[in-house]
Amino acid sequence: MGSLLEAKGICKYFGGLKAVEDVSMHINKGDVFGIIGPNGAGKTTFFNICSGIYTPTKGEILLNGDKISHLKSEQIAQRGMARTFQNIQLFKYMTVLENVKIGFHIHTKTKLWDSVLHTKTFKEDEEFTVQKGLEIIDKVGLSKYTDTMAGNLAYGIQRKVEIARALALDPQILLLDEPAAGMNPQETQELMEFIKILNADGYTIAVIEHDMKFVMNSCNRILVLNFGQKICEGTPDDVKSNQQVQEAYFGKGIIAGEAVK
Amino acid sequence: MKNIIQKCKEIYIKNKIIIVVLAAIITLVLPVLVPKSYFMGIMCRILMYATLAGSLNVINGYSGQMCIGQAGFFCIGAYCEAILATRFGINFWIIIPLAGLVTAIVGLGISLPTLKMKGIYLSIVTLGFSEIVRLTALNWESVTGGPMGIKGIPTPNLFGFEISNSKTYYFIFLAIAILFIFVTKRVVKSRIGRAWLAIREDQLAAKSLGVEVPKYKAFNFMYGAFWAGVVGAVYAPYVRFIDSTFFTLDEGFNILSMVIIGGQGTLVGPVCGSVIVNLLTEVLRPIGEWRMVAYAILIIVMMWWRPQGLVGASDSILAGDKGNGKKLEKSKQKGGGAHGVSVRS
Repeated sequence: MGSLLEAKGICKYFGGLKAVEDVSMHINKGDVFGIIGPNGAGKTTFFNICSGIYTPTKGEILLNGDKISHLKSEQIAQRGMARTFQNIQLFKYMTVLENVKIGFHIHTKTKLWDSVLHTKTFKEDEEFTVQKGLEIIDKVGLSKYTDTMAGNLAYGIQRKVEIARALALDPQILLLDEPAAGMNPQETQELMEFIKILNADGYTIAVIEHDMKFVMNSCNRILVLNFGQKICEGTPDDVKSNQQVQEAYFGKGIIAGEAVK
Repeated sequence: MKNIIQKCKEIYIKNKIIIVVLAAIITLVLPVLVPKSYFMGIMCRILMYATLAGSLNVINGYSGQMCIGQAGFFCIGAYCEAILATRFGINFWIIIPLAGLVTAIVGLGISLPTLKMKGIYLSIVTLGFSEIVRLTALNWESVTGGPMGIKGIPTPNLFGFEISNSKTYYFIFLAIAILFIFVTKRVVKSRIGRAWLAIREDQLAAKSLGVEVPKYKAFNFMYGAFWAGVVGAVYAPYVRFIDSTFFTLDEGFNILSMVIIGGQGTLVGPVCGSVIVNLLTEVLRPIGEWRMVAYAILIIVMMWWRPQGLVGASDSILAGDKGNGKKLEKSKQKGGGAHGVSVRS
């Protein structure tokens, strides 16, 4: 199993602010990869670089061994990377099914004349999007909301719609930016199980999350960022016992040391 | 308002065939029923502007770009027809798609450098474009005839019938309008239309889902420009004489006001807008230039009361929170206002 997504010495500066400084990491096929760190550590910036919303100041991102860091986000999406956003970016005024249908954009190929003349391609595409869309909605467990406007749904459910929409791309790797934010403990538990199911289905998942229980239980490898720098990468146990990680979360000194013990 | 539209929709869906057949009969028999050329002239205007406003609606309503220079595209289409017909004697029916294509290419030329512009900035560019086109038409004497315009544009011929007055021209405008709505409906309901809507609703999300935003924005502009060009090409032989004064900014705002009043983001909206504005023009003829004030008031009231227009897409970002009746947001705003007062005191 080779590494699916690889970052080599990624730096991102906003003027004098070093948001991400020399971060290297790799995600293997089949991983559930967690990215954690205190607020402002550069986690979302790092995700934005991976998915092509920002171009890195230095360094490069490789997907399946191909350099993607110079590509636009839509090209990266076409190569098989889907993502969700920290502050949900749903098409609020569309129904759940319509949201998911847009996710099939890269898998359909209707051209202008196809849509005007209703050719075979058009009919196949429409059938494909509706059928597959309903399948995915069912898989995520949103069947009863199929025709509800996405903006009217509860926060936790909107997050699921976003995941459903990302799944429509049939991605090689799925980046989830704080999927459990705003969810109650039970919803978080459900989400954890859902991520496990997705992983079992063969999706590689990278997830940013603040909920430690969530990360430690569902991820098999973890990257820890602090002030834009990588301080640790490894299994949950490695991370728990890492001195620097403890310092980042609890601070230095005798009192903090006791807090950890 | 929302309920009324909902009910109309329900009635339409229930009796779809009857309504379509009735409408078809009425539109076809109309020139026989009311053969007055004044009335048929108004009908021609309504149909023409319905298509023009519809083409603008594709840009403004479906992909959420703010173009207000539709008169420029209209102008290019009309001059294309006039020049090709008077100088080269090309057949009217061949010129129609040709003029559309030329206009679409110009549309691409406007769209490419402005792909990253949004809202008001894009509007200003399109406004400038519209004026550039008009001034070019006014000053490029060797091609456009300058202030003299182009005279004696030949009237079209169909299987030996000369189409020269508003009664017969009505059918050309009708055919173009129906063709436009038919084609656009199919495009909007396909993958392309979905990509446009995705761009309108949330550009970042659209990108993350692999929608090639620049490509679809440019194509959207070309599509809107194409139809404006087609209408221009049909319009030139209808009036027989064109000059640059036909295509001022006022014309652009006229088209824009139809889209805003009728409704953005639906196919029926611009048709409604065209009917309302054109009828209003006739009704308000006695007050002369003051009717511009009436339009302005109508637009302001519309933006305030129903930002998406009379029959516009209620379930879209165009309608904002007002159209979707989010009381929560409203109460928040009120709270903010009270806070503002307390800070001031």
